[in-house]
Amino acid sequence: MNSAEVNLTLEPAADTPRPLVLTPGEDLRGYLLAHLGRAVLFLMTFTSVLAVLLILLFVIVRSFSFLSGYSLVEFLADRDWRPTADSPVFGSLAIIVGSLYVSFAALVFAVPVGILAAVFLSDVLSWQTRNIVKPVVEILAAIPSVAYGFFAVLVLAPWMQKHLGLTTGTNALNASLILAIMALPTIISVAEDSISAIGRELREASYSCGATRMETMIKVVIPAAHSGIIAAVVLGMMRAIGETMVVWMASGNATQIPHPWWDLSQSIRTMTATIAGEMGEAPEGSQHRGALFAIGVLLLILTFSLNIISEYFLSRAKKATGKA
Amino acid sequence: MKKAIVGMMVVSLTMGAVVHAQTLQIDGSTTVGPIADAFAEYFKSVQPNLSITVKKTGSGDGAAALIDGRCDIATMSRFMKPEEFQKAVANNVLPVAHVVAMDGVCVAVHPSNPVKALTGAQVRDIYAGKITNWNQVGGSNTPIVVISRDTSSGTYETFESLIMKKTPMAASVEYVNANPQAQSRVRTTAGAIGYVGLGFQEGVKILAVDGIMPTRQTVANGSYPVSRPLFLFTNGYPKLGSVVHKFVSFYLTEKGQELVEAKGFVPLTNY
Repeated sequence: MNSAEVNLTLEPAADTPRPLVLTPGEDLRGYLLAHLGRAVLFLMTFTSVLAVLLILLFVIVRSFSFLSGYSLVEFLADRDWRPTADSPVFGSLAIIVGSLYVSFAALVFAVPVGILAAVFLSDVLSWQTRNIVKPVVEILAAIPSVAYGFFAVLVLAPWMQKHLGLTTGTNALNASLILAIMALPTIISVAEDSISAIGRELREASYSCGATRMETMIKVVIPAAHSGIIAAVVLGMMRAIGETMVVWMASGNATQIPHPWWDLSQSIRTMTATIAGEMGEAPEGSQHRGALFAIGVLLLILTFSLNIISEYFLSRAKKATGKA
Repeated sequence: MKKAIVGMMVVSLTMGAVVHAQTLQIDGSTTVGPIADAFAEYFKSVQPNLSITVKKTGSGDGAAALIDGRCDIATMSRFMKPEEFQKAVANNVLPVAHVVAMDGVCVAVHPSNPVKALTGAQVRDIYAGKITNWNQVGGSNTPIVVISRDTSSGTYETFESLIMKKTPMAASVEYVNANPQAQSRVRTTAGAIGYVGLGFQEGVKILAVDGIMPTRQTVANGSYPVSRPLFLFTNGYPKLGSVVHKFVSFYLTEKGQELVEAKGFVPLTNY
């Protein structure tokens, strides 16, 4: 350290006429390390952004050859998916509907359970019990999806055939139930965080007006946290749509749209299972591979738009609790 | 201390290179996979420094791996398609087929199903969606659950070319991705029909097709309508005496034929 420059008198720092930071001439090493550190951290952040952008770019570019040679309307509206026939047909309607169908059905099962569980965790349970139960719920998110898939095919499917009398146990119901279990930890975590962030004032104000506990929960707390809860539901949906292994093993992979639309006991196929199941055998550069990349583009568009929607609602939730 | 760590890393890396002097990469069909596994196990027991990796991702993947040079031997339950062959030649890979065994694609149903035999035309109509209930072919009043292998499988290709014959499969057909999965689906679903290789008969009931049951004799002499040869493909004929050559000609020895038969396939000679 350059002792000639340091002021040894007890002058207040605010009164010194020169800036507090040492110039490069005085502390070259410190200056370089600070700027190098900034550059390295910037590079690392940029790498992750770059990775996402490159994935998006790669998938879009690889799907160009297919999309330019095949009618987009037919690709989106045709129900038949026959890539290995003599005159191949690439109609992804049944596959897109299958993905959305299974995800929505999973949400129908998971959202009521998840939101009520979040309310219970944040408002009803005692602090010690909550600190035990919340990590256990989060363990559900740590189970590998192939373990869920095994459970679905080897345990749930025969059970459905025997006890529910369904003709086939690998169907949309099976896949939806397992996806609901997989989406639950996400929904519960995010919803619970946003409900806890509401703060005591709102609840105390409600109690002081004479509301019962249930009225407070349902009419005050949940509406106040609605942005965070919507974000939780959207994140759960993202998890369900992007899941591959479970639907590949448990949904039966039939390229059909269930005939009465509410019949969950029929087998369907999702976008993720189509890509995973057929990518290995589609020869490089063939139309089949291009079609699979096109389905990948659809999947990316869907998940990115869900992500943007959930970000919007999360920022609204933060703004709301920031004000309160 | 740092020099010691770097020194240990260098030594362990070079030791690793010395220990695995010979490696053999095998990739391809899930049907032929068990035969390759059995051969590999035997080879490793007589030649311990040989490291053999057997991957089972589908005949189409095996062909692609051979074309890209990622494997030494491709196991396939069907012959190479013309496009694969041409791609191989364009890549300076000259595929040579070695037939190691014969296999029958067996039509399997749940053990409780009273149906014992079907004609090829009936099987085709079931898979095309024209016959939807077991009582239309002499069984009980149960809806048929149709299970097929996925399109990258050689078993699928054989079934498609010998039974479906260009008729498209119905949209309600379920797809599974490996022989053991097809077997377990049929074994646990009362109304199911599926097709598996000869080696996957346990727990399911095999039907006669066009009056002929798939047995060793009927598959070997081709009288069973859905029988097929199982191939090992190499890049050119392997150099005599090399480990690849020993592997692909192992089926001619008595031990090889025993292993093939133990896996449930039909050996090529009457040893």
